[in-house]
Amino acid sequence: MLEVKNLHSGVEGVEILKGVDLTVKPGEVHAIMGPNGSGKSTFAQVLAGHPAYEVTGGSVTFEGKDLVEMDADERARAGIFLAFQYPVAIRGITNAYFLQSALNAVRKDQGLEELDTLDFAELLEKKLEMIGWDDSLIHRAVNDGFSGGEKKRNEILQLAVLEPKLAILDETDSGLDIDAVKEVAAAVNRFRSEDRAFIVVTHYERILNYFTPDHVHVLAGGKVVMSGDMKLALELEAKGYDWIAGEAAAVAG
Amino acid sequence: MSQSQSAIDQQVSQPYKYGWSTDIESELAPVGLNEDIIRLISEKKKEPEWMLEWRLKAYRHWLEMREPNWANITYPPIDYQAIHYYAAPKQTKALESLDEVDPKLLETFEKLGIPLQEQKRLTGVAVDAVFDSVSVATTFKEELKKYGVIFLPISEAIQEHPDLVKRYLGAVVPPTDNFFAALNSAVFTDGSFVYVPKGVKCPLELSTYFRINALATGQFERTLIIADDDSYVSYMEGCSAPMRDENQLHAAVVELVAHDNAQIKYSTIQNWYPGDEDGRGGIYNFVTKRGRCMGASSKISWTQVETGSAITWKYPSCILEGDNSIGEFYSVAVTNNHQQADTGTKMIHIGKNTRSTIVSKGISAGRSQNTYRGQVKIMKAAENARNYSQCDSMLIGDQCGAHTFPYIDVRNSSAIMEHEATTSKVGEDQIFYCKQRGLSEEDAVSLVVNGFCKEVFRELPMEFAVEATRLLSVSLEGSVG
Repeated sequence: MLEVKNLHSGVEGVEILKGVDLTVKPGEVHAIMGPNGSGKSTFAQVLAGHPAYEVTGGSVTFEGKDLVEMDADERARAGIFLAFQYPVAIRGITNAYFLQSALNAVRKDQGLEELDTLDFAELLEKKLEMIGWDDSLIHRAVNDGFSGGEKKRNEILQLAVLEPKLAILDETDSGLDIDAVKEVAAAVNRFRSEDRAFIVVTHYERILNYFTPDHVHVLAGGKVVMSGDMKLALELEAKGYDWIAGEAAAVAG
Repeated sequence: MSQSQSAIDQQVSQPYKYGWSTDIESELAPVGLNEDIIRLISEKKKEPEWMLEWRLKAYRHWLEMREPNWANITYPPIDYQAIHYYAAPKQTKALESLDEVDPKLLETFEKLGIPLQEQKRLTGVAVDAVFDSVSVATTFKEELKKYGVIFLPISEAIQEHPDLVKRYLGAVVPPTDNFFAALNSAVFTDGSFVYVPKGVKCPLELSTYFRINALATGQFERTLIIADDDSYVSYMEGCSAPMRDENQLHAAVVELVAHDNAQIKYSTIQNWYPGDEDGRGGIYNFVTKRGRCMGASSKISWTQVETGSAITWKYPSCILEGDNSIGEFYSVAVTNNHQQADTGTKMIHIGKNTRSTIVSKGISAGRSQNTYRGQVKIMKAAENARNYSQCDSMLIGDQCGAHTFPYIDVRNSSAIMEHEATTSKVGEDQIFYCKQRGLSEEDAVSLVVNGFCKEVFRELPMEFAVEATRLLSVSLEGSVG
C-alpha cells in the first residue's frame, strides 16, 4: 500500500530525514517511535504533503501512485489521513460543516454522490454511536477554544467520518492523561480493518498497549535504525532511547 | 454545502462576472458640470422649482468646497468636467407598463439575476432597478400600496409626494455635509424612496439594484427611507458595472429616518467593478450613508459586504437621538489586487440609554490596502450610553495592508465602551489542515475567510447571505499560492 524508499527531506535546506525506508501493507499497524528531534513528526508531515518540507531524494508511492508529485489535498482524497499533533482552529466554521465539506470533497473525487446536510447528520450520528461519543463537539467551531483532549478526540472523529485507507496518528497520545489515551485508542480500534493501515507516531509505548502494532520502528537521526514488534516498544520503555544511540551509531557506521 | 460549493467551483474561473455592457442607445447630457447641466437634469426629471433651487444651492456650495484628503487612499485627481452627469437609455414615450420597457434592459437585469417580469420576480422581494441615471422598473408597487408603503424611484416621489420629500431630503445628510454629498445633492439622478407608515411592518424585502452602463458617466443616486412610528422595513442594495479601463465615479447619498419604535435594516452588497489585476479601471465609490434614530427606542442597522470598487470611501453612520435608540454596523470589506478601501462607521450618541454595536471584518489580499475608520461619540446628554466595537483584520499574502483607526470621544462619564481588535494571517497551517482533509486550496481559503466573516453574514437577509459567500470566493480568487 505504502512504499517509502530512501526518503530524504528537510525544511529550508536543513535535512531532517536522511534515508527512511518503510513498507506498509493493508491491515497493518506500524508504530514509529523515537526520541525528540528524531524526525518522527517530520515523517508524518512529509507523508501528508506539508508544503514546508521539500523531498530531496528517494521515493514514496501509495497504491502505485507517486505521492511526492501529489498535492496535500490530492493525497487526502486518495485516502491518506493525518491526525495532527497540533490541530488548527478555524473560527466561525462548525465542525459538522467542516466535516461535511471534507467528506463531500472526497466523495466527489471518487465519483460518489455528495451528501446533503440531512444525510450527513445521519452518518455523523452513526459514527458517534460507533465510537460512543456524544455530539458536544460537532456544533462548535473547528478546534476553536477546544481543550487539548477535545482537539485530539476531534481528530479521531474526523478519521471516523473520512474512513481513510491509511491513517497516520502523529503523537495523538501526547498531552493526554491515561484515561483519555485509553478512550482515544479504543475509538481508533473500532476502525481497524483488513484494508485500512495505520502509522502511529509516538514517543511513548503506552498508547500501543491499547492499540497493538504489528510492527515497531525506531527512528533516530532521520533514519529507521531498528525494527521489530511490540517487544521492541516494551524494551524501549524499559531501557530508554539512549540505548538506541549506540545502535544508531553502529548503523550509521 | 454541496450546492454552494459547486457554485464556488463555477465561479472561480470568472473573476468579475458582471463586466459585460449592454449595447443600448442612450441619451447623454453634454460632458461637464455647470448650472445649465443641473437645470437640464431637473428638467429631464420634470422637477418642481423648489427642487431645482435646492440643487443649485448645493452646487454653489460645492464649488466652494475641497475634496477631502484625510482618507488612507491615493488616486489621481478626478476631472469633474470630464464626466457625463446624466445618461439614460433612450425611450420615445412615457411607459404605461413593464411590457413597454426595452427588452434589452429587462434582459440586462435578468442576466444580473434580477428578473423584473411579473412571472419571474423574486418572491418576497420588491425591486427598484436603476440603470445609469434612471429607474427602469419598480416591482410590486401596487401590492405595497395596499399596506400604505410607498416604494418609488425618488424622481417620481418628488412629483407624487413632494411634502414628504421636502420634509426629509437633506434632513440627515445636509447638502453642505461634505464634498461628495454636495456634489450628489446637485446632480443626483435617481434612487429609491421608501415611506413606511405608522404601525406597518413592510411585508416584503425592498431592494434596489444599481447598474452603471454608459461610458464616462458618473452615477449619483439618492436614497431616502423613512420609517414612521412602530414600523419596520428591511432594505437591500446591490450594484455592479461593466469592466472599463477608465475609472468611473459613483457618489451616492443614502438617508434613513427612524421615528419612535421604528426599525430599519439596511443591507448592501457592493460589487462595483474593482479594476483589473494591475489596478487599471474600476469604480471610485464615494458614498455618504447616514441614519437618524429620531424617535425613542428606534433602531437602525447597517450591514455591508464590500467586495468591489477600485476605491471605497464609505462610513454608514447612526445618529442616536431618541432615548433607548440602537445603532448597529456590521461590515465585511474585502480588497484584492490594487483595491483600496477606507470604510467604517460613526455612532453619535445623543439620547439616554443609547446603544451601538460595531463589528468590522477587513480582509486584504494582493497589494491592496484596507482601512477601518470609525468614530464613537458620546455626547454630554447621553446618559448610560453603551458601545461595543470589534474590528478584525485578516491578511492574505505579505504585500497587502490592514489599518485600523478607531476614534473615541466620550463626554459623559456614565458611558460604557468596549473595543476589541485582532489581526490575523491566513496561515499556511490552516490551509494545510483543510487540504489534508481533502479540500482544494480555493475551498480552504473560502472556508477560512467565510468563518472569519460569519458574525456579519448572519445579519444578512437569506438571499444576500448566499450571494455574499459566493462573491467572497470570487474576489479572493488567486490570492493564495
